[in-house]
Amino acid sequence: MGGYIIKRLISAIPVLLGITIIVFLIMSLIPGDPATAILGSYATPENVEKLNRDLGLDKPMVQRYVIWLGNMLTGDLGRSFSLNRPVLDEILERFNATMILAGTAFVLCALLGILAGVVSAARQYGLGDKAITFVVLVGISVPSFFLGMMMILLFAVNLRWLPVSGMYAIYGGGDLPDLLKHLIMPALALAAVATGVIARLSRSAMLEVLRQDYIRTARAKGVPERRVIMGHALRAAMVSIIPVLGIQAGFVLSGAVYIEIVFQWPGVGRMLVDAILKRDLLLVQGGVVFVAACYVLFNIAVDVAQSLLDPRIKT
Amino acid sequence: MPALKVTNLAKTFPLKKPIFGPAPPGVRAVRPMSFEVATGETLGVVGESGCGKSTLARMLVGLLEPSEGSIEIEGRALDNADPAEFGKLIQYVFQDPQSSLNPRKTICQVMEAPLRRLYRMQKPERDKRISEIFASVNLREEFLDRYPHEFSGGQAQRIGIARALAANPRIIILDEPVSALDVSVQAQVLNLLADLKAQFGLTYLFITHDLAVVEAVSDRIIVLYFGAVVEIGRAENIFANPRHPYTRLLADSAPVVGKPLTAPEQKGSELPDPLNPPPGCAFAGRCPRATEICRADEPKLTEMGEDQLAACHHPLEG
Amino acid sequence: MNLFLKLLFRNRLAAMGAVVLGAILLLVLLTPFLPLQDPDVTATADRFKRPFTEGHLLGTDHLGRDLLSRLLHGTRLSLAIGIAAALIAATIGSAIGIIAGYFGGRTDNIIMRGVDMLMAFPYILLALAIVAALGPGLMNALIAVAAVNVPFFARNIRGITVGLAGREFIDAARLAGMGHGRIILTELLPNVLPVIVIAMSTTVGWMILETAGLSFLGLGSQPPQADLGSMLGEARSAMISHPHTSIVPGTMIFLIVMSINLLGDGVRDALDPRLRSGALSRPRATTLVERQGEIPEETDDLLAIKELETQFHVGNRIYRAVGGVSLAVKAGECLGVIGESGSGKSVTALSVMGLVASPPGVITGGAVRFQGEDLIGARYETLRQKRGDRVAYIFQDPLSTLHPLYRVGQQLAEAIQSHHKVSNAEARARAIRLLQDVRIPNAEARVDNYPHEMSGGMRQRVGIAMALANEPDVIIADEPTTALDVTVQAQILSLLDDLRRDRGLAIIFITHDFGVVAQLCDRVAVMYAGRIVEEGPTQAVLKAPAHPYTKRLIACVPELGGGRRALAAIPGLPPVVDNLPEGCAFAPRCDKAQENCRAGDVTLKGTAPRAVRCLYPEVAV
Repeated sequence: MGGYIIKRLISAIPVLLGITIIVFLIMSLIPGDPATAILGSYATPENVEKLNRDLGLDKPMVQRYVIWLGNMLTGDLGRSFSLNRPVLDEILERFNATMILAGTAFVLCALLGILAGVVSAARQYGLGDKAITFVVLVGISVPSFFLGMMMILLFAVNLRWLPVSGMYAIYGGGDLPDLLKHLIMPALALAAVATGVIARLSRSAMLEVLRQDYIRTARAKGVPERRVIMGHALRAAMVSIIPVLGIQAGFVLSGAVYIEIVFQWPGVGRMLVDAILKRDLLLVQGGVVFVAACYVLFNIAVDVAQSLLDPRIKT
Repeated sequence: MPALKVTNLAKTFPLKKPIFGPAPPGVRAVRPMSFEVATGETLGVVGESGCGKSTLARMLVGLLEPSEGSIEIEGRALDNADPAEFGKLIQYVFQDPQSSLNPRKTICQVMEAPLRRLYRMQKPERDKRISEIFASVNLREEFLDRYPHEFSGGQAQRIGIARALAANPRIIILDEPVSALDVSVQAQVLNLLADLKAQFGLTYLFITHDLAVVEAVSDRIIVLYFGAVVEIGRAENIFANPRHPYTRLLADSAPVVGKPLTAPEQKGSELPDPLNPPPGCAFAGRCPRATEICRADEPKLTEMGEDQLAACHHPLEG
Repeated sequence: MNLFLKLLFRNRLAAMGAVVLGAILLLVLLTPFLPLQDPDVTATADRFKRPFTEGHLLGTDHLGRDLLSRLLHGTRLSLAIGIAAALIAATIGSAIGIIAGYFGGRTDNIIMRGVDMLMAFPYILLALAIVAALGPGLMNALIAVAAVNVPFFARNIRGITVGLAGREFIDAARLAGMGHGRIILTELLPNVLPVIVIAMSTTVGWMILETAGLSFLGLGSQPPQADLGSMLGEARSAMISHPHTSIVPGTMIFLIVMSINLLGDGVRDALDPRLRSGALSRPRATTLVERQGEIPEETDDLLAIKELETQFHVGNRIYRAVGGVSLAVKAGECLGVIGESGSGKSVTALSVMGLVASPPGVITGGAVRFQGEDLIGARYETLRQKRGDRVAYIFQDPLSTLHPLYRVGQQLAEAIQSHHKVSNAEARARAIRLLQDVRIPNAEARVDNYPHEMSGGMRQRVGIAMALANEPDVIIADEPTTALDVTVQAQILSLLDDLRRDRGLAIIFITHDFGVVAQLCDRVAVMYAGRIVEEGPTQAVLKAPAHPYTKRLIACVPELGGGRRALAAIPGLPPVVDNLPEGCAFAPRCDKAQENCRAGDVTLKGTAPRAVRCLYPEVAV
């Protein structure tokens, strides 16, 4: 097992390199003089000169990439001109907030989604199945940002149950109950779509598995039906559900961008959008590479979980 | 001149090279083998799962490139650059008749492909040829506008045979052509194949796992085990008087009405690990006659009696 | 195509989606011709008018622009961009997927590595990076969304293509002289196309959402031009004071995406042949029972099947898989049931313990009595307690019938613990003993293997061990050696024979192989088209078959040692059981058939132990 983890970590290296190459290539799509373009409205002569020095922008592309990569490996993601501080500091500060939001939403959508899928499959064409199918359909059709806005209108403005936005109350907040109160709406709005997708997939995976010969075998040897569903069938269905959890984690991270805007959540997503609008490209570049790298590591964890479940995967 | 001559034909599937260390030697699906098929002959190839019979078949029709060795058809060596060159000389009838027909094409489109691609025939000429072929395989021409899923297994297999005939080949490789069919239909197809062979002067290579079928249709039979030929002999002789213990095991295992039920003598039933093949005879682990030499030296195929060859250090008495 | 539309609209939700989407599309197409105000003309005096005010059906926004006009123009734009993005992504992605999947090897490897890299990004990061580089704007958002979705299509389509490229009809096309390009276009593409359509119909809603999302963030359409996303984005600041400006575009996005999703699901269901036949239904824990007519009396046999009728209800069709079968076994007896595919032999076997998949299976008549107790229609718990404990099964393919994720020891222990309260350690010890009983060498180590680590023969031994776990009275073996090599089959058969003699087991042995029946079974029943046509002691039936079908079927079977020869065949095909001929089902293929064979029902009669269902039997029984 330890060996497998190491193997997967080693195989992640080319992927991480690929990510940096893709981001670097996309950023070199910028038309015109790179330094001026990257700096945009911050292109004062001294900034241009500094950037040229830092990134070696007068040099050929490959060399520029190597310099950029080298800087990154030493933790130097450049300096944000709009915020006037190192990119990495800004990202690290905001990453926490995103992790709290996206992590909560991910746990929610995984638990709720699988549960709904299993119930739905076990009661195929029953009342529960139809109700779940309908809710799921609404869930995957409503844009998360619109859902978030409507939740604010209902629960914060009209019912006044929950705070409108932000991560902590401005006065007297900062403790855990305060955080949870602020977290409920954005986490639910963020989890909605992924819950729907996972529920649908779990349902069809369960239905597929329940038709397999080994389920018939389990029934033929007299295994109680509850154990057939929750043991034999769910375990086999997890083999196809787990990879989707990995993909959906990406969707949750993506959706966080919208939710952070709607709920004024001080996370990386909001930072990225602000940076794009202010054309602070170094901040965008750094943020994208950082989050993507975290996602790659998360997917390794997913693969490891998969190999623990399925003995047919060679470890 | 033999219709088909195979010399030292072999296939090794390379394994993925690990990140560290040298590449492993690869899986030898077919070990170097040589045999000939005379014109008008039916050569049966029999073996159990994992013996390499399908790999052999795919190499013979050019769907798989051999790792070494050569294939000659009527004296001409085949290079595998152009599948169309293969197609005119040697054709293939697949095990699963449904899967060998494109579900989204009519039978007419399926039948026309070889005539158009291999012989560049014009439409009237093609129609004439198709109705000739359909007549000889007892299929009605109204089937031509239908799609594969509308046919039963036996009918689909006739269509598969008709398609192979359309290429007007010299040799047809029959890869388990009846194992997906019920017994009552199986006999229809086998008899049809015999008629066609006489009518068109074809040469067959008949691959199967069913001993009784192979005996009923073949002139000579090759027995494969673990990618290698263990015995060659005349059909009427080879199972009655086997020289190789594996051939004998096969013959004894086949259920026959009136024969009492006993498990034939053998030590295990596992094939050797193809990733880690044993030295010497691959059958030694299961063989009741195996001795030291069997586990050290790979036996060569040697003449044993009339028209019979076996690869065994301790052959059975003839 | 007609069939497709019919299937699509049979699905009411999909029809609803189609109607809503159709209405929206129609509105949007007509927008330029409708008497609407200019969507971009501002009138600050009229700002934030509420819906249903004079001249503004949906009110106005923060600049006093007519919301209805903006909504329709915005919808037009959003739909156009979303669909364009979907088409671009589908075309490029599918092309990449087909090429990678068809050529395989190195090409596949390189392409898929690239795709994996792109998929290593949470999708919005890639889109944001592209927009950041190209600058905000609707076209750039379109490019970003399309680019982000290319890998999804590529991976999906590649998977399908790999499966198709391995199919034999591709090989056949190659042997027919077709080149790669022609094979891709004429053989592969028509088969991949439905999948592409499905993938598109299920993702176009997403892409509309994604482009709307980018516009919402201010990165897509730029003012004054507005799509639905940017309308929502602009309305956000006034959300609390004037919610209608948000609700209007938000609801429209929701309606569009929802109707597309409904329609997309319908398209998928109609195009996917497995869904079409209802195959994705969950089999219930026991077969559905809808018994009509009288329930047959009990007998003193150990297990007796009486007048059993099992049908499959698929759509409007009724397949009479088993049409009134009666069989019985005594302790220590082995009964063979022989027949060709579709004869109903396996369905008979599965009906005994209610294991026929349902839907579509329904038991419509007869009884199965175990020690006198009727099992058809018994409560689930009663049936469960008998399953595997008193009546156990051995199935055909040992790879698919063992659970791939449990060790064989766990699966054996579970069989015991489902019926007996024993500790885990005790269950494991018994599992090892069972493996030894079925002569698996080195059972202490093998007990911890997973099924995929064993050979076919070993797996089938595990299957037998599982059937023996609770020392049942009856074992029903459904073609247990068909998937095995002949040398392994011989060992399994002799093992089964020894076990039944040692333990006094009753065995019902389902097979299509006369050789196997002859060696193993005391009595044999021959099935054709869902009914028993002949039964009797094995030797007697084989030596002097009474039914013409039995006789001719035996003649078809080549036997080893016969030398080269022509084989007997039965012309024609077995009937399909949803359309059985009147009278004897074999009559159309029988050369002895007379007029009265095709008229009334032919009964099974004879003097025990033999019986035949024929008016003109080969020998009198």
